[in-house]
Amino acid sequence: MNMIAAPRQRLVVVGNGMAGMRVVQNLLRLAPHRYDITVFGAEPHPNYDRIALSSVLAGEKTLEEIVINSRDWYAENGIRLIAGDPVVAIDRMARTVTSASGVVAAYDRLLIAAGSKPLAPPIPGLGLPGTCAFRDIADVETMIAAARDEGRRAVVIGGGLLGLEAAWGLRRRGMSVALVHLMPTLMERQLDATAGTLLQRDLDRRGIAFFTNGQTEEITGTDRATGVRLADGREVPADLVVVAIGIRPNIDLARQAGLEVNRGIVVDDGLRTEDPNIFAVGECVEHRGQVFGLVAPIWEQAKICAAQLAGDETAIYVTPPLSTRLKITGVDVFSAGALAAADPADEEITFQDVARGVYRKLVLRGGKVAGVVMYGDVTDGPWYFQLLREGTEVGPMRDTLILGRAVATAAQGAPAHDPAAAVAALPDTAEICGCNGVCKGSITAAIAELKLTTLDAVRAHTKASASCGSCTGQVEALLAAALGEGYAKPEGERPMCKCTSHGHDHVRREILARGLKTIPEVMLRLGWTRPEGCASCRPALNYYLLCAWPGEYEDDARSRFVNERMHANIQKDGTYSVVPRMWGGLTNPRELRAIADVVEKYNIPEVKVTGGQRIDLFGVKREQLPHVWRDLNAAGMVSGHAYAKGLRTVKTCVGSTWCRFGTQDSTGMGVALERMAWGSWHPHKVKLAVSGCPRNCAEATIKDFGVVAVESGWELHVGGNGGIHVRATDLLCRVATEAEVLEHCGAFLQLYREEARYLERTAPWVERVGIDYVRRRVVEDVEGRRALHERFLHAQRFAQQDPWAERAAGADAGAFSTLVPAE
Amino acid sequence: MDGSIAGQTAWVEVCRLEEIPRQGSRVVATAARGEVALFRALDDAVFALEDRCPHKGGPLSQGIVHGHAVTCPLHNWVIDLASGEAVAPDKGCAPRIPVRVEAGRVLLALGGRG
Ligand code: SRM
Ligand SMILES: Cc1cc2nc3c(=O)[nH]c(=O)nc-3n(C[C@H](O)[C@H](O)[C@H](O)COP(=O)(O)OP(=O)(O)OC[C@H]3O[C@@H](n4cnc5c(N)ncnc54)[C@H](O)[C@@H]3O)c2cc1C
Ligand code: SF4
Ligand code: FES
Repeated sequence: MNMIAAPRQRLVVVGNGMAGMRVVQNLLRLAPHRYDITVFGAEPHPNYDRIALSSVLAGEKTLEEIVINSRDWYAENGIRLIAGDPVVAIDRMARTVTSASGVVAAYDRLLIAAGSKPLAPPIPGLGLPGTCAFRDIADVETMIAAARDEGRRAVVIGGGLLGLEAAWGLRRRGMSVALVHLMPTLMERQLDATAGTLLQRDLDRRGIAFFTNGQTEEITGTDRATGVRLADGREVPADLVVVAIGIRPNIDLARQAGLEVNRGIVVDDGLRTEDPNIFAVGECVEHRGQVFGLVAPIWEQAKICAAQLAGDETAIYVTPPLSTRLKITGVDVFSAGALAAADPADEEITFQDVARGVYRKLVLRGGKVAGVVMYGDVTDGPWYFQLLREGTEVGPMRDTLILGRAVATAAQGAPAHDPAAAVAALPDTAEICGCNGVCKGSITAAIAELKLTTLDAVRAHTKASASCGSCTGQVEALLAAALGEGYAKPEGERPMCKCTSHGHDHVRREILARGLKTIPEVMLRLGWTRPEGCASCRPALNYYLLCAWPGEYEDDARSRFVNERMHANIQKDGTYSVVPRMWGGLTNPRELRAIADVVEKYNIPEVKVTGGQRIDLFGVKREQLPHVWRDLNAAGMVSGHAYAKGLRTVKTCVGSTWCRFGTQDSTGMGVALERMAWGSWHPHKVKLAVSGCPRNCAEATIKDFGVVAVESGWELHVGGNGGIHVRATDLLCRVATEAEVLEHCGAFLQLYREEARYLERTAPWVERVGIDYVRRRVVEDVEGRRALHERFLHAQRFAQQDPWAERAAGADAGAFSTLVPAE
Repeated sequence: MDGSIAGQTAWVEVCRLEEIPRQGSRVVATAARGEVALFRALDDAVFALEDRCPHKGGPLSQGIVHGHAVTCPLHNWVIDLASGEAVAPDKGCAPRIPVRVEAGRVLLALGGRG
């Protein structure tokens, strides 16, 4: 063998986006030494997952989390990255490109992967401050900034995938959002009218106002956008206008270089332009008359293009059939192929379950699936899509096909539905991850060859489930099948209880991903082995649902422990104790008098000052509870939730009001925190404390969230516990103002609410996830913090109702009364 | 067993079925048996036990009902509603009271048997 390596050729890539970098990644695998690679990117960022911008906007991911190739990665692979400097000219004679800043790079092969541009409709006002598209990080930053100020209104123009995800993200950030759409129904290119209407109904319930059949005539405003005016005269006021009506391939550079362009840059089956040295991939190309807007076909292009660049001139690109999903948490939409029967020979089969909000339509052509539209329950989407792509004869199961895989295959004698068995039964060519075009065979091969044992490792090596995450369950099933006992679900994921094999985290994810709204629905869809669960999983599920769907989920009293159902603490003799709230430990003669009166009136045997700075009345009988509460209510006192997996006490010291060492008003701060957080439900009990100086008389450093005043402001501490295992808090950060204390506290509590496992107090939770993680989410990620705080306040709108007042007024009377038969 | 006793016992109406929440309970104060816990399962099966846990006397009526079982609110023993027996490994029994539902009316057989 000749040991002298061939001289390297020069590859220049225009476009540092998803398509271009995927070609480079593939190429490094196929022919690592063939090229010296230079990449130009117009954006000042390394390559990131554009798909995940929707999740960033919705506050579910951070910008750091969506980076695909870090700057280090470029360096490690010897790639020259010129980011923030677009290429402005190609000289095909000299084989060079020139960037805006004047960098000239010579190439032997050139790859154009410049993506697309948002469509800009010809309406006045576009481009005013306060308008943006939804395409890149800069747009997302504009939107997040606009959502920051309270009470802001947004209008999104465009009811397709992008527009809806933008609207949802802004809504999640607390804006009031209106969506203007030209057509009568949403996503009309991917959904039929029924599914589009269901989608609109669900999003309408989630607070998005729709203006369908709405032709935007003008964006109003002179210095900045103030709203939009529609052709029929309707006006929608707005501080932010997002235009997401579509995209067009970015062909400017290619046209200027004299390459053949039509709608996109014209390429052949080898992804070559008419110049044999120039290739193009991604949303900027047109192949056999088709242009692209989803990543699945683009990954296929990247594979073929890399093979071509590596020297395999026989590699041929064929556009695969496409499927669409919408990335709005809790809204499940799936569609592929034909939306409706095209001629009389086609058949349509539909299924609708109004109560569950489930709709399904199949289009059959010549005994095969030609199209599928699903709303509400999309579990079987990939299976139908598989039948469609493979042209499977579905005649034998035609009658049960619409009922889904389990029923249709069971009717044919296949085993009943079991998610693991379902994945095991798929052929190697079955696509698991639609976003990244990864089939089952690639995943199982990677697990075997690279000895992968965790979900994260599979994500890192195959990209499966790395983007929208909806195939996570299937990937886990493949891992479990390959490793058997050796597969530990993401750390500590032990089954919740004996009724299920699923762990807490998995169940929480599925509740969100599948939009599960009731306990029976969770149990049914996740295959609970005991249909009614037990006293351990039911309270957990009740909490998870309450946290996931604030204002929407109806609390299930039957799944609550007696204390939370009776709103008092049960004692060893079956009587109850009653603890009224004393805001920040403050009380007054009126309250004390009311307590004294109640004790005498109802013969309450014992009164005690608690360790949490309030007064406990012991030995109250079940029948007396509503009366005791009514009297306490009358003096302005409400439930202290001393019984709740929720906010209990906010302990304070006297602080600067009286104490000669106090630096701040710790009592006032404590009252403000308690006013914000009372009534909130949590995975376990939560206690707060505020001390006025580092002498820390309120013991803030053994509380779930502790505040210690210092000269310059407030120190915030988290994860303390004074119970069985004493744990001192970790310092979260220092802040200057009372408003910041409230925002950090709300954000921390919400993160705990959303991510901890039921019955896990903040101390073990912080130890499990690490204080660095908590700091990242609550301190460093400013936008994320605001979004968390916002979600906390949103949930509080529904949680802050005094349960005592409701029951004193007669709610749930049967629980307190005793039946007396006429014996 | 209950059947033969029923012959000699007076059935007393205590409430209508819908007054007991599904997966919930009501308490009946009786002269003969003290406080009685009346349970209604999700499938509308109705059971009656003396409202005292065989462990330390906890009020079973205040527990979480799942299937035909209730978990005691004090120390989480699980009691089988049909037999009144504690589920293994715990041992003990909460005495049953014959109960039946007739045209939506819940009847208890009080008195008679000790
Ligand atoms: C009433 C009170 C004792 C008192 O008279 O002072 C009390 C009483 C009970 N505590 Fe407590 N704890 C009380 C303050 C505390 C404190 C002190 C504090 O909050 O500053 C602690 C240590 C601080 C902490 O939580 O980190 C405390 C740590 C516990 C623990 C251990 C928790 C842990 O994470 O390790 C339990 C057991 C549990 O929750 O599982 C517990 C459980 C209980 C229960 C609920 C036991 C039970 O399940 O029946 C007691 C019920 C009392 C009742 O019926 O009212 N209690 N308990 C205090 C009520 C405070 C209030 O105003 O709401
Ligand atoms: C918010 C959002 C959500 C999406 N969700 C999904 C989804 O759920 N599923 C799905 O399949 N697809 C989704 N997409 C579409 C998907 O992101 C695109 O199909 C994919 O990114 C296209 O890759 P590309 O490389 O062709 O273009 P891009 O990823 O846009 O990359 C092109 C890059 O080239 C740069 N560039 C342009 N001109 C020049 C120049 N002259 N010099 C240097 N650099 C230049 C651009 O700045 C850009 O960074 C979504 C898109 C968005 C915006
Ligand atoms: S320490 Fe708390 S749990 Fe223990 S006996 Fe006292 S009040 Fe009850
Ligand atoms: S009293 Fe019922 S379990 Fe202890």
